[in-house]
Amino acid sequence: MAKPSVRIDVHHITRVEGHGNIVVDVQNGELKQCDLEIVESPRFIEAMLRGRPYTESSHLTSRICGICAVGHATTSLRATEKALGVVPSEQTVLLRKLNFHGEMLDSHILHSYMLVAPDALGVGSVVPLAKTHPEVVLRALRMKKLAGDLCAAICGRHTHPIAMTVGGFTHFPSTADLEQLRERLEAARADVDATVELFQKLHLPAFERETEYVALRKDDEYCFIDGEIASTDGGSWPVERYREITNETVIRHSSAKRTHHKRAEYMVGALARFNVNHEQLHLKAKSAATALGLKPKCTNPYLITVAQVVEIVHCMEDAIHLADLLLKRGVPWEEPAAPARLSGEGTGACDVPRGTLFHHYVIEDGKVVGANCIIPTGQNLNNIEADMRTLVPTLLERRPEEITLSLEMLVRAYDPCISCSTHMLDVRFE
Amino acid sequence: MAAKPKVAFFEFTSCEGCQLTVVDSLQTSPELLDAVEIVRFREAMSEKGEGYAIALIEGACSRPSDEAHLKEIREKAQLVVALGACAHLGGINTIRNRHDLADVRRYVYGEQAEWFETYPARPIEAVIPVDAFIPGCPIDRHEFIRAVKALLQGRAPQIPDHPLCVECKLKENVCVYLRGRTCLGPIVRAGCDAICPTYGDGCEGCRGLIPNPNVASLKQVLAEHHLSPEETLAKLTLFLTYQTMEMEAAGDGKAKR
Repeated sequence: MAKPSVRIDVHHITRVEGHGNIVVDVQNGELKQCDLEIVESPRFIEAMLRGRPYTESSHLTSRICGICAVGHATTSLRATEKALGVVPSEQTVLLRKLNFHGEMLDSHILHSYMLVAPDALGVGSVVPLAKTHPEVVLRALRMKKLAGDLCAAICGRHTHPIAMTVGGFTHFPSTADLEQLRERLEAARADVDATVELFQKLHLPAFERETEYVALRKDDEYCFIDGEIASTDGGSWPVERYREITNETVIRHSSAKRTHHKRAEYMVGALARFNVNHEQLHLKAKSAATALGLKPKCTNPYLITVAQVVEIVHCMEDAIHLADLLLKRGVPWEEPAAPARLSGEGTGACDVPRGTLFHHYVIEDGKVVGANCIIPTGQNLNNIEADMRTLVPTLLERRPEEITLSLEMLVRAYDPCISCSTHMLDVRFE
Repeated sequence: MAAKPKVAFFEFTSCEGCQLTVVDSLQTSPELLDAVEIVRFREAMSEKGEGYAIALIEGACSRPSDEAHLKEIREKAQLVVALGACAHLGGINTIRNRHDLADVRRYVYGEQAEWFETYPARPIEAVIPVDAFIPGCPIDRHEFIRAVKALLQGRAPQIPDHPLCVECKLKENVCVYLRGRTCLGPIVRAGCDAICPTYGDGCEGCRGLIPNPNVASLKQVLAEHHLSPEETLAKLTLFLTYQTMEMEAAGDGKAKR
């Protein structure tokens, strides 16, 4: 039998954030090329931070991404706060966590329902889905609205947050706001259950490739903000030592930089968090994982979406818990905690919807003089290509459109945020 | 029934947050999907159709290859709408126009700076004629729905030309100047329901300057409130660097957008 030759060229993958191409070239059964090209225009956010007042950094960097704007703002604030010796209050920490859950829910619902589910249900987008499965789309919109309203009550709007500032907030939700949100979160448990049921039924491709999984970790909670860097290959690092994990390089076919740790690639994001931190999940989220057949350590990247569904359960339950805590203690007006100094260096880290995000700033006399942001999607690019290289040879007997769909679904599973990742850099502060 | 107008979304240098806001606007106005046929929305759809009457463009023009693409869209579409601050004003992308571009490229990509094409960022109106704009970073979802309804009825969207202060006063907000924070409200267009002052922050100017903004008077008011002109200038160059540089070049305090 002749060895197959296949050329796949997906120009601008759809249902992802930003511009990427998949290029695969197989000649006589031999894989010649297998690239995920990142063709987004460079954005230079870090270069533009230089010379600007530290108070603007979170507003400017939230514009890196429309989907994870709260994640960027939170990480940026933590970097600035560490640089300037700002200690946020307990209330600030609670409000930030609740706000973060709003974004995690919003992003995961967008991805699982609107970007991934159409493939599993055999349609091109959420638009025909609205005709064939109206209850699914209405549920997604309802849950997404609740997540957005949660962020809006705390920081003004999800894209782009307003009331988040260095040391705290400039606006506070009223007791009535919180009571109403709590009620809606509790009512949304039915939608969360239905989400788990939906993804129990959806068929996602079987494909295993073991890799290194990296996420932030805390002993006492499922970590999204702060913590330390942890790996399934063993070891933990304070976030300040992020460069030992990320090791960025520039390659020609990608305006987003690439990263590698000890292996040639590693994974960040919901599945990596699940593999590193499953023990800290809320009990209901653990049950959901069992119901969905997700077991640590899971090595099927198509199941990133399933890990996101597990996190939807976790975040919804933890949001109810946080709302209860805030209602119990009350949310009085608080001046933001003041900086102890106006010069310093700090690294903030958060596990945002797509994985671990680092912002690293050097501030002098209140102005940013150096900035480095390392974005989750950039960290996943090498891993996606490694998956593609393993996957493509197993697909060669299939029709080209089937191969294309499998590859598109793989890239989409990672929920890449391409416009985010195209301004990562590795700046040495000398 | 007449065929539904075909609508296409395009994105250049941006965070795609305005298109996400479009998706969010469907939460409250799902009927929009019945009024138009979306033929291209890469972020949300795989289907692609031929031809479109209305092109909604997010993002700034920031590299030579963007120009040909923008001109092609202009030729095909009857109506071109700038969606959000990056397309309308150039937005945050234009901050780098004040820096040495070679330095900016080196700072991000090091020795490989030449691999990735770029040049000073511009609003799309600097490249192609634009029929309407929906301002903001991000766009306001209610204004978006009103604007689309107007466009479908063959009318120009009503985008306010009066300053934000008018709206902020109607909201009964305490002036942020009295709280010791700086704000561009006196010279920036209203229409966002004064959302930033309402949430305790000053206006950053994402909706663009009003016609004939009186910057000198703004500086005077700031001085009266003991707020630094330097801080004000920093705010003007967050979303409005392109306009600020235009004003400086013209030397008459006027910007086109």
